[in-house]
Amino acid sequence: MAIAAAREARRKPRLSRLRRAVAPIGDARGTARLMLWTGTLLTGLFIFLAFFAPVVSPYNFDQFQANGVRFDQLAHPSSEHLMGTTVQSTDVMSRVIYGAQTELEVVFMALILGLAIGVPLGVISGYFAGPLDRGLVLVMDSLFAFPYLLLAIVIAFLLSNTVGKGVFSAAIAITVVYIPQYFRVVRNHVISVREEPYVEAARALGARPFTIMRRYVFFNVVQNVPVIATLNAADAILTLAALGFLGYGLQPTDKAEWGYDVSRALSDASSGIWWTGLFPGLAIVLLVTGLTLLGEGLNETINPVLRRRRVEKVELGTPTSIVESEVGP
Amino acid sequence: MRAVDGVSLDIGAGEVLGLVGESGCGKSTLGRGILGLLPEGAVSDGEVRYAGRDIVTASAKELRGLRGPELGLIFQEPMTRLNPLMRIEDHFAEALKRHEPDLNKREVQRRSLETLGRMGIPPTRFRQYPYEFSGGMRQRIMIALALVLRPKLLVADEPTTALDVIVEAQILGILADLKREFGTALLLITHNLGIIAEACDRVAVMYAGRIVEEGPARQLFADPAHPYTRELLRSTISLETTELHSIAGAPPNLIEPPSGCRFHPRCPDAMEVCPRKFPIPVRLEGGRRTECWLHGPEQEIPPGTTRPLERERLAVADEG
Amino acid sequence: MASQGTSLKSYLLTRLALVLPMVWILLTMVFLLMRVAPGDPISSSLGGHVPPAVVQEIKHRLGYDKPLLTQYANYLWDTVHLDFGTTITDRRPVTDVIKVNGAATLELTAAAMFIAVAVGIFLGLVAGRFRDTAIDMGARFFGIVIYAMPVFFLGFLAQLLFGSILGWLPTSDQASPITEALIVPKTNIYLVDTALVGDWAAFWDVFKHLILPATTLGLVISGIFIRLVRVNVIRTMKDDYIEAARARGIAERNVVYRHAFRNALVPVVTVIGLQMALLLSGAVLTEETFNWPGIGHSLIFYLDNRDYAAVQGIIVVFALIVVGMSLIIDLVSAAIDPRIRY
Repeated sequence: MAIAAAREARRKPRLSRLRRAVAPIGDARGTARLMLWTGTLLTGLFIFLAFFAPVVSPYNFDQFQANGVRFDQLAHPSSEHLMGTTVQSTDVMSRVIYGAQTELEVVFMALILGLAIGVPLGVISGYFAGPLDRGLVLVMDSLFAFPYLLLAIVIAFLLSNTVGKGVFSAAIAITVVYIPQYFRVVRNHVISVREEPYVEAARALGARPFTIMRRYVFFNVVQNVPVIATLNAADAILTLAALGFLGYGLQPTDKAEWGYDVSRALSDASSGIWWTGLFPGLAIVLLVTGLTLLGEGLNETINPVLRRRRVEKVELGTPTSIVESEVGP
Repeated sequence: MRAVDGVSLDIGAGEVLGLVGESGCGKSTLGRGILGLLPEGAVSDGEVRYAGRDIVTASAKELRGLRGPELGLIFQEPMTRLNPLMRIEDHFAEALKRHEPDLNKREVQRRSLETLGRMGIPPTRFRQYPYEFSGGMRQRIMIALALVLRPKLLVADEPTTALDVIVEAQILGILADLKREFGTALLLITHNLGIIAEACDRVAVMYAGRIVEEGPARQLFADPAHPYTRELLRSTISLETTELHSIAGAPPNLIEPPSGCRFHPRCPDAMEVCPRKFPIPVRLEGGRRTECWLHGPEQEIPPGTTRPLERERLAVADEG
Repeated sequence: MASQGTSLKSYLLTRLALVLPMVWILLTMVFLLMRVAPGDPISSSLGGHVPPAVVQEIKHRLGYDKPLLTQYANYLWDTVHLDFGTTITDRRPVTDVIKVNGAATLELTAAAMFIAVAVGIFLGLVAGRFRDTAIDMGARFFGIVIYAMPVFFLGFLAQLLFGSILGWLPTSDQASPITEALIVPKTNIYLVDTALVGDWAAFWDVFKHLILPATTLGLVISGIFIRLVRVNVIRTMKDDYIEAARARGIAERNVVYRHAFRNALVPVVTVIGLQMALLLSGAVLTEETFNWPGIGHSLIFYLDNRDYAAVQGIIVVFALIVVGMSLIIDLVSAAIDPRIRY
C-alpha cells in the first residue's frame, strides 16, 4: 500500500517540483514585488527592442543618409531624429535600438557559455573534492581575484589578433571573466548540500554519485542559478560596454554598441552637445537596472532569509471568560 | 493566534516557580512577555504587576530601566547570546554602566569578577572572547551577567535544554541556590519534569496557553489534580519504568483550539461536559488551583453530562 | 590576561603560504597569454617599417629568441627581483612607468575608495536601520542605479554638467599645464607633493582636478557597499545577542550602534579588499574618460601600440598589487574579528 503510494508520488511530473520552487514569486509582497515587476518590464522592453529592431528603428544603425541627402551632423533632437545625430551623421535613436540587439546577443552568448562551463565544473569539483577540486579552486580564485576588466581587455585584445574582432570574441572575453563566479557559487552550494543529512542518507542507501548529484544537488543549485544568471547578465552588459568604450571586442562598423557611442560622445561634451552620449548611456543604465531589479527581486522572493511576509495587525478580542470560583472540590 | 490565553500567575520574593509544559504550549512567550520582549507583530493584553505597578503599560524607556536590575532573563541557547566581538569584560562593563553609572571602573570589575567567581569562572578568563568558552560556561556567564545587576526576579527560559546532563546539574545547582545567595525569585521555564522536581518550590503546569494546574511542587507531584499533570508524570522515565507511556494525540492547534476544555481530545477522563463548557478554575486545599471539571464546581455542570465522553468523539476530536 | 588564541603573526604566515601559489599561477598565466599572441611582439610593436636586421637585434637584446623555458625562468627570476622589463615603444623601464603613472592612479583610487566607503557605509547603515521606510527605498534605489551606471557615463555626465554647462571644475588631466611644469615630483602623488612644499595654490589646482574623477569612480563603487552594509545590518539585528542585550535593558541606541552596526561592519573590511579588483578596473575607465595619466591610461596606450613587453610588465604589477592588497585587508579583518584567526 505504502509502496504504491510512493511510486505514485515519484511519478508526479517534474513540472510540479519546478512549480514549487517558483511558487514564492506569487507570494512576493512589498518591495520585492515592486522590484520584480519593474525589472521584468524594463528588461522586457529591451528584449523587445532587440528582437524587433529592424521594424522599430527609424533608420539603420550606420545609415548616414536618406534619399541621397546626407543627414545633418550633430543635429539637435528633432522630429526626424528624435534623439539627434552624431558627428558621423548617424541617427542616435537607431543606434540605441540596434545597440540593444548587440548587447543582448553578446551577453546571452556569454551567459550560455559561462553556465555551460562553470556550472558543471562547479558541481563536479564540489562533489568530488580532492586534488582536482583544490587545483580548480586555485585557478578560479586567481582568475577571480584579477581585475575583471583587465582580464577581458587582454583576452579581447588577443582574440582580435587571432580570430578578429566580433560578437564571438567579445562573448568569449566576457565568458572568461564570469566562469569563476559561476564555478565558485555552484561549488559552495554543492559543498553545503553535500553535507546535508538527506544526501548522506542517500549515500548510505547506496545511491550512485551521479544520481545523487542529479536529484538532490542539482535541483537545489538550480534554484540559485536564475538569480545569479540575471545579476551576471547585468554585470556582463557593463563589461561589454566598457570594452566598447575602450575600443576592444567588437568592430564598430559591424555593430552599434552603446559604450563605443559614449566614448565618441566625450569630445562632444566639451561643446555642450549632450544627446550623443546621454541616450546610449541612459540605455545602459536602464537595461542594467532592469536586470538588477529582476535579479534582486527574485533573490528576495526565493531566498527565505531576507523574505519578509506582511505582518498583519493583531486584534485582541475578549479573553475566554473566566470566573474565579471559591468553591472547593 | 493566542499563545497565552488568560494566564494568571503569582510569584513571591525568593520563590522558585516552575513553569512546565510541552513544546509550543506558550510558556516561552509568557516568560518573554513578562519582560515585554515579544516578537514583532505580537500584542499583549493584561497586567503584569511588579512591585505594585503594572508594567505592561509602562513606557519603553521605563521597561528598559527595569530590565536588568529588576527583571532578568536568561535564554535557552547560550552559544549565540554573547556578542562575538566583545570581551566578557566589555559585556559586564556595558550592563553595569547602563544601570549603575556611578560605579567607577574598579568597582565594576570587582563586582563582575565576584559574580563570575560564584559561577565558577576564574578571573583569568575575564578578558577573553565568547568563542573561547564552551556552552556550559557561556550559560554560566549569561547567568552571572544577569545576576550582577541583582534582579529581584529572574526568568530562566529553558536554561539547560541545550546542555549536556552534567553541565545541566551544575547550572541547576546554581539556580537553586539563587534564593539563598542573592534572594532572587526565579521563574524556571522548562519541559523537563525532573528539573522542576529538583529545583522548584511551586509548579504551574501549562497547556495550550492556559495554566491548568498550579500548586506546591511536592503536593503536585504526589497527588496531581489535573489529568494532564498526571499523564505527564506517568510519561516520565525512571529506573522503575517497565513500559513506555505517552499521551495520545498531539498538542492542539492554537489558531483554532478545541472547544471547551482544551485538553479534552487527549484526556482519558474526559466527560461530556468537557467539550461543551470551558472549565472554571477552582481552588483546592493546600494552596493549589486547577481548571478541570473533575474538580467541579458541581453546580456549573449541567445534569447528566458527567458521563464519560464517547470514544468516537475522542477520535474525531483528535484530528485537532 | 591576554587571550590564548592564534596570534596575528602566525595568521599572516599562513595566509602568505596560501597566497604564493596563487601569485605563481597568475604570473604563469600572464606569461602564457603574452606568448600566445601571434606574430612576434617586437615587429608588431615597432610597425612594419623596421628592417629585419634591427628587429633581430632587438629581439636578441630583449631575450625573445631564447627557448620558451629559458624565457619563463628568466621571467620569474626578474619578477622576484622586481624587474618588470622595458617597454619597446619608448624604452622606459616598466618600474619607472609604475612609479610615475602608478602614483597618479594611487591618488585617484585612494580618493575614490574613501568616498565610496563613506557614502556606502552611511547610506547602508541608514537603509538597514530604517528598513522598508522611504529612506530605505531611496537608499536602495540609489544603490541600484549607481551600480548600473557605467563609470564612463557618469564621467560623461559630470563633464557635461560641471565642465561645460556650469564650468566649475576641470575635466581632464591631473593638473593644469602650469602647475604640472612647476611641480617637484617626490612621491608623484601631486596632492602630497604640493602639500609638502606648501604650495597651496598648486594644491588647490590639483585638488580641483581630482574632484570629478574621484567622485565619479567613488560613487559608482559605493553602490556595492550600500547593498552589503544594508543586508548585514538587517541580519545582525536578528542575532541572538541583540535580543539578549535588550533583555539586559541596554538602551536601543546603544544596541543599534554598539552591537548591530559594529558587527554588521566587520565584513565591510573584507569587501573593501574584494573591491580592489573592481576599483582598478574602474580606474582604467576613469583614467580614459578624464585623461588622467595613471597606469590604466598607460596600459591602453601600450596595448594600442602592441607593446607586449610593457603590457606584460604592467599586468604583472597589477596582479601583485591585487594580491598584496587582499592580503593586507585580510590582516586588518583578522585584527578586528578575533574569530577569523583560527
